Amino acid sequence: MSIIININKAFDHRIRLGIMSILMVNEYADFNMLKEMLGATDGNLASHTKALEKVAYIKVEKQFIGRKPNTRYSTTILGKAEFKKHIQALEKLINKQ
Amino acid sequence: MEPKNYLQDINEIKNLMNKSSRFISLSGLSGILAGFYALIGAYLGYGIIYDHNMVTADGYRAIIISQSGLLSIVIVALTVFLLSVLTGIVMSYTKAKKQNESMWDSTSKRLIINFMIPLATGGVFILLLMEKNLYAFVAPLTLIFYGLACVNASKYTLGYIRYLGITVIIIGLISTYFLGYGLFFWALGFGVCHIIYGTIMHVKYDRMKS
Repeated sequence: MSIIININKAFDHRIRLGIMSILMVNEYADFNMLKEMLGATDGNLASHTKALEKVAYIKVEKQFIGRKPNTRYSTTILGKAEFKKHIQALEKLINKQ
Repeated sequence: MEPKNYLQDINEIKNLMNKSSRFISLSGLSGILAGFYALIGAYLGYGIIYDHNMVTADGYRAIIISQSGLLSIVIVALTVFLLSVLTGIVMSYTKAKKQNESMWDSTSKRLIINFMIPLATGGVFILLLMEKNLYAFVAPLTLIFYGLACVNASKYTLGYIRYLGITVIIIGLISTYFLGYGLFFWALGFGVCHIIYGTIMHVKYDRMKS
């Protein structure tokens, strides 16, 4: 039963899973890179990044490159740990079949 | 949620991790072509060095080479290098386009930067050696530094480039021991190895995707 608990509701969406996957293997990613990789719309992606930011799984840095605003995302230590747990839970569920 | 979806989730996670951190469009076919260029280059180099020189009692190891002969060798080597790079770029570009990936993104930039660090170090080092008239180590060192560049770049792409790098490093070290047979080891390292690993990569990655 305990593995079911480890399935994290915060990751229970394709886009959020995608954001975390990309940030796990990259130091950071900007909004456009995430958008391109995930094929999401601006609004859709923004709402999912906000949700992940709210539970402190990702960090958001806003800065300017020249005159263009640029939003950079990276995972927090908490986010990394939670994502690992989530994947382990997924794997266990698959292996159980 | 259906259990089937979990498997799909895991697959998608894996896929995104690879796609976002590794440049996956490196063309295997361009490796094969680079190998052929190197073999042609080695053949031309052989002509330049040994046709105009008597093979002495020391065999191939001790040769007298003129300034112009040396220049021709350097030009041949540079041409092979530039042609290989160009082929690699063009073919990876078409492959990326076919797979709907962009060629110039953060993954390819990272790949190139990390490939260039050992390679440029080696290049400058070798030029400095040549400036000091130490030609014997040029061939082994190009192999060794190229191998190191491949190993370093392998973290940012898929495939067998890591093993190619290790093989070339070993050939470079052997070539350091058998000093004077540089051209043969060049043909082996840059020619034969590229063709072998390029073929493996082509069969495994290029064809699978298309």
